[in-house]
Amino acid sequence: MYTQAIDVGPVDATASRSTTPQDDEFLKRIARDEKIEPQDPMPEAYRKTLIRQISQHAHSEVVGMLPEGGWITRAPSLKRKEILLAKVQDEGGHGLYLYSAAETLGVSRAELIDALHSGKAKYSSIFNYETATWADIGTIGWLVDGAAIMNQVPLCRCSYGPYARAMIRICKEESFHQRQGFDIVRTLCQGTPEQKAMAQESINRWWWPTLMMFGPHDADSPHTGQATAWGIKRITNDDLRQKFVDVTVPQAEFLGLTLPDPDLKWNAARGHYDIGRINWDEFRRVVNGDGPCNAERMHDRVKAFDDGAWVRDAAAAHAAKAAARYATSPDTRIAA
Amino acid sequence: MSAQPANPANLANPASRDWPLFEVFIRSKQGLDHKHVGSLHASDAAHAITLARDVYTRRQEGVSIWVVPSNAITASAPEQKAENFDPMASKIYRHPTFYDIPAEVGHM
Ligand SMILES: [Fe+2]
Ligand SMILES: [Fe+2]
Repeated sequence: MYTQAIDVGPVDATASRSTTPQDDEFLKRIARDEKIEPQDPMPEAYRKTLIRQISQHAHSEVVGMLPEGGWITRAPSLKRKEILLAKVQDEGGHGLYLYSAAETLGVSRAELIDALHSGKAKYSSIFNYETATWADIGTIGWLVDGAAIMNQVPLCRCSYGPYARAMIRICKEESFHQRQGFDIVRTLCQGTPEQKAMAQESINRWWWPTLMMFGPHDADSPHTGQATAWGIKRITNDDLRQKFVDVTVPQAEFLGLTLPDPDLKWNAARGHYDIGRINWDEFRRVVNGDGPCNAERMHDRVKAFDDGAWVRDAAAAHAAKAAARYATSPDTRIAA
Repeated sequence: MSAQPANPANLANPASRDWPLFEVFIRSKQGLDHKHVGSLHASDAAHAITLARDVYTRRQEGVSIWVVPSNAITASAPEQKAENFDPMASKIYRHPTFYDIPAEVGHM
């Protein structure tokens, strides 16, 4: 739905203090909008920042399968089951694209997975809320994937080549996610009064956590300047949040749903919607592990990984056997 | 919920070993080249093909898949980029547009 390029102009090379001649050269390349590839020289801080951001992003895709996964068997029709299954499978693929991009920076997949499972690594706060009703599956697609698209489209132009390429692939798949969610909510809104009430109740719970997905206000985001100078971040948190609100309010009006913000109103002077105060205490609580479902999500994630150990062992044993067979008789080669 | 977020000390199965890494190439339609699309870990090449099919061709993106162990690829050195590729910049006579063909001659 939103997968068009957003042009915000070249980044400013002077916005960051550089320390070495290589760093100077690096910032000049960024200012010329050149892509940085894995083997190119890059400042250590750029590499570390990217590993953290890309892996957090990958973890979010993977943990994001959990709140929806539980609804696959309970979806109300075969069609909805197939669609939800396809959507959740996409999210697993997104995790893979992003882990692969992070690995080009010299970190192993195993280290990244261990960091998630040990609680050392963070993931998006939104997946620590519960999916109590079928309407929540619609709301997640429409609002949560919608917000993710807002965040991700500018990342398709990020300075690090493997990350930008992964984001292009992801954005192509995301727009189906948002549309299928909107379709679920729209169907509920056209149904019985109980179904419409279910949709409204769901929006009431998810609206504010969705706005928190864009992160702290610009004034409270100390790293935005550096990420912008490095061509990693193209649009600020508040600007992305504003764009999301501006496109979503008319969609809610179309559906006949209200958004749970008494201060939400059109500001003709700004040409944007004004919104009320975001509860940042809640945001910090959820990010730091104390949301409604943090423990459950981590428990389920680690359990899935542990339960799959025998499959990974079997695959490794099979591969070792096949390699031994190939060594004695090259004719049995399986993949040409 | 009684489950606690795990910590490094109680990870039953640390993901200590990664399967080998493969680069994936997809032919999007008959008659076109295989093109690099990404990479994945798999226990062996046959497994990599299966995983690549699941990840990279869910929307009919391909009709054929190649997988190559990532460590089998040799890349040119980035620091030799200038000496490798800059000399071609001055050899514009290698392009047909370098030559003027009089209009009377017509298409050539
Ligand atoms: Fe995704
Ligand atoms: Fe998605």
